[in-house]
Amino acid sequence: MKTTPPVKRNVSRLGEKAIEAVLTLSGTVTSLTVLLIVFFLFKEGLGLFSQTPVSEGSVIAVSAQNPVKELSSAQIKEIFDQEITNWQEVGGPNASIQLFSVDDITDYYSEEEIGKDFEYLPQRLSDLMVREPNLLVYFPEEYLAKDFKGHQIKLKNITLTDFLLGRQWYPTITPAVQMGVLPLILGTLWVSLGAILIALPLGLATAIYMAEIASPRMRNLLKPIIELLAGIPSVVFGFFGLVVIVPMIQNVFGLPVGETALAGSIILGIMALPTIISVSEDAMRTTPRAMKEASLALGANKWQTIYKVIIPYSLSGISTAAILGIGRAIGETMAVLMVTGNASVIPSTFLEPVRTIPATIAAELGEAPQGGIHYQALFALGCILFLMTLVINLTVDYVSAKREAK
Amino acid sequence: MGFQEGTKKGDSKRLKQAVAFGVFKVLSFLVVAILVIILGFIIFNGITAISWEFLTEMPREGMTAGGIFPAIVGTLCLVVGSMLFAFPVGILSGIYINEYAKDGWLKRFIKLMTNNLAGVPSIVFGLFGMALFVNKLGFGDSLLAGSLTLGLLALPVVIRTTEEALKSIDDSFRVGSLALGASKWQTTSKVVLPIAFPNIITGLILSVGRVSGETAPILFTVAAYFLPKLPTSIFDQVMALPYHLYVISTSGTDIEASRSMAYGTAFVLIVIVLLVNLLANWLRKYYGKKVKMN
Repeated sequence: MKTTPPVKRNVSRLGEKAIEAVLTLSGTVTSLTVLLIVFFLFKEGLGLFSQTPVSEGSVIAVSAQNPVKELSSAQIKEIFDQEITNWQEVGGPNASIQLFSVDDITDYYSEEEIGKDFEYLPQRLSDLMVREPNLLVYFPEEYLAKDFKGHQIKLKNITLTDFLLGRQWYPTITPAVQMGVLPLILGTLWVSLGAILIALPLGLATAIYMAEIASPRMRNLLKPIIELLAGIPSVVFGFFGLVVIVPMIQNVFGLPVGETALAGSIILGIMALPTIISVSEDAMRTTPRAMKEASLALGANKWQTIYKVIIPYSLSGISTAAILGIGRAIGETMAVLMVTGNASVIPSTFLEPVRTIPATIAAELGEAPQGGIHYQALFALGCILFLMTLVINLTVDYVSAKREAK
Repeated sequence: MGFQEGTKKGDSKRLKQAVAFGVFKVLSFLVVAILVIILGFIIFNGITAISWEFLTEMPREGMTAGGIFPAIVGTLCLVVGSMLFAFPVGILSGIYINEYAKDGWLKRFIKLMTNNLAGVPSIVFGLFGMALFVNKLGFGDSLLAGSLTLGLLALPVVIRTTEEALKSIDDSFRVGSLALGASKWQTTSKVVLPIAFPNIITGLILSVGRVSGETAPILFTVAAYFLPKLPTSIFDQVMALPYHLYVISTSGTDIEASRSMAYGTAFVLIVIVLLVNLLANWLRKYYGKKVKMN
């Protein structure tokens, strides 16, 4: 009998060890990726909460005599929308608030005083702060004088509560941005809920038909068709929605625009179908044969067996399918972006435009300067989206682990 | 059941079943009808836009005329680039999880993470790719950044496919090989992988289909709005079919005039999906026969 020389054996053992190391390394790549995703999303996203919500490069200031030193971004917006008109409402003296933006400078100073190339503008702005105690001014940072005599308002940082419960999403408005994501969260949930209401009955019926009623030939025909539906790119669904579903909704309901939550729900519902069908069909197929046969032997017919035995037995699988379907709908971006109209208002019916979280990121990230407050807010939206889908995935894992244990 | 026949109870039971089954059948066919309508609509409208020029020319006149050649090439580059990354890492990872990892917290953790990565919305991949590849590593909007982002997206699919393919192989093959004195890697590479190969390949092809249609991850990592030239290095921006369809159907210079180009682009995307599915099905059948013969 030939034996391998010890050197060669050592080399091959070393090779085995090396291969195992490479495999282990590859195995950890996904875990590493998830951790990196969390790191980058949250690093940028959490940066939002150490920012003051002043729009990029602008200064908000009051006269130094004015006791108001701090305002929230919501208060600034209400002041500029003329909903708050008296300093008293924000803790100041009883005097009406005079708004001033840099274009109004000619009301106070002549053109010579400002200078041909605005070279005296910083000085004039500073002077103005002494002259007019009831002014709330805002102007570009470049006109800030070195010895500015007014008091720069420090806006309160955005808090997590403001962010999550704020009802206004105006990330580029001047002078103070509004970063309330409640309409976006509700828009996302609204559209996803609609999608699942459409997809669940259709999907379940198809799954039952394929698992229990259809002949094997019919099933073999249907299965690849459903798989095909899963492969169609979401942007094609969006395009189809845009040219077919949206005009249809507009005509049927007599709306000014057809881009509504309903259009999003229909498209997302169609897109969620393959997931729901294949997961719940798999679940029904795992029903033990003995159970079905026992039911039939007791005199139940096929339909009674389906709804009294098979459906209850596969209920956890069916709920997994529904949860997964919702997860897909929540994260879907392009199709929703193309058909929902993208208005960031809190929806009250399915026939209004809505804006979802993914669509907001996709639509706005391109124009948000890197590292700015808008950029960070979009990453914070990404965090919310990530957490939503994480919860959904963990729930699915939990439900299916429980099923396996059964 | 026989003694109930003819009684009223039996009749209503049978009627209920007939109604229920009828409803299920109709709803199932409705699902199929939806697919047929979507496919039919795109194909019917798109086929008229397709010509040799459309497939091989650069877009012209603000994308209302000319072809989609750079978008086709861009998509091709992105698919190849992402697969160069996702295939090796994904397959090795799948092998590790199914063949090497010992049951325990680490394996559970890795599987959980893989599942989670599969559930991460594609736009989050886009955000991540932008933060890491484009900004942090300084690749800029480039083929490299886009390919890596798409590769990460395809990774869980590849891992799961490999894992499932390996799991379906009976342990007797492994035990037999090991008993003959083969090492663990010899067993894996010479015995287990060749049997699992057809299923792995099928899964890989399906992941190609998925990657070629993704839009959200490439929005901020590679895709160019209008770029009538071909990429020359991995640091170039490219046009891509899905992004092109999005742009010309929502924000082109003249949406009505470019509608026929939009139909044509959608048609090309659909054809890619159909071809990928056909190829996967064919491979499944082809290898299925071959394995049985052995």
